[in-house]
Amino acid sequence: MSSAPTSDWISITENPLSPDELSNWVIRPNCGAVVTFSGIVRDHSSTRENVIALEYETNSELAEQRLRDVVDEARARWPALERVAIHHRIGRVELSVSTVVVAVSAPHRDAAFAAAQFCIDALKASVPMWKRELWEGGSAWSDETSPIGNARDQ
Amino acid sequence: MAKLILLGPAHDAAGRREDHFDGVTLDDVLKEAVIRYGADFGTLLEVSQVWLNGEPAAPATRLESHDEIMVLPPVSGG
Repeated sequence: MSSAPTSDWISITENPLSPDELSNWVIRPNCGAVVTFSGIVRDHSSTRENVIALEYETNSELAEQRLRDVVDEARARWPALERVAIHHRIGRVELSVSTVVVAVSAPHRDAAFAAAQFCIDALKASVPMWKRELWEGGSAWSDETSPIGNARDQ
Repeated sequence: MAKLILLGPAHDAAGRREDHFDGVTLDDVLKEAVIRYGADFGTLLEVSQVWLNGEPAAPATRLESHDEIMVLPPVSGG
């Protein structure tokens, strides 16, 4: 599912993510700063070695609504923000592949860095999304969880 | 009749992604769900949030037909 690109581009998708595509999309003539964060599947978690993939599950409608809340809160805190793009994978994502991308643009770097950090932190805390760690011969839900909160409280 | 939507680890604990319940209040449905699904679901429910129609709701909230109850275990996105 994907919203129509305007100044925000939010997507929950089973398709591969392209950090470059989001980085380019947020470029605006009045912006001297683009910050892009890409979250990647790594081979271990705090409780497990040899992770080969992650599998994400959500309710896409609710997740997109909560992502909009994240972007709204970022815009309230950093009014200079121009474009904001947040895409999150669902389904199985292989090792070293991007699971989430946040890209923001602003006239200056301070707002861009701060807003990008806020967006990924608030996403992790407030968007209903669950990941299962997969390894050879088994899988389990991630232990690295937090009670779901609100973007404005991050 | 209210629809219960079970997300992430909650659907594993309950053995299904959605279900339907009669109940006057939200709490009635949750108590019945623990009886129906068992102790593991009850343990997960204790650390989960429960939303009604997309928003947090108090246990005493009275239900109407077509209400959607979501069980949201602690999240792990990103």
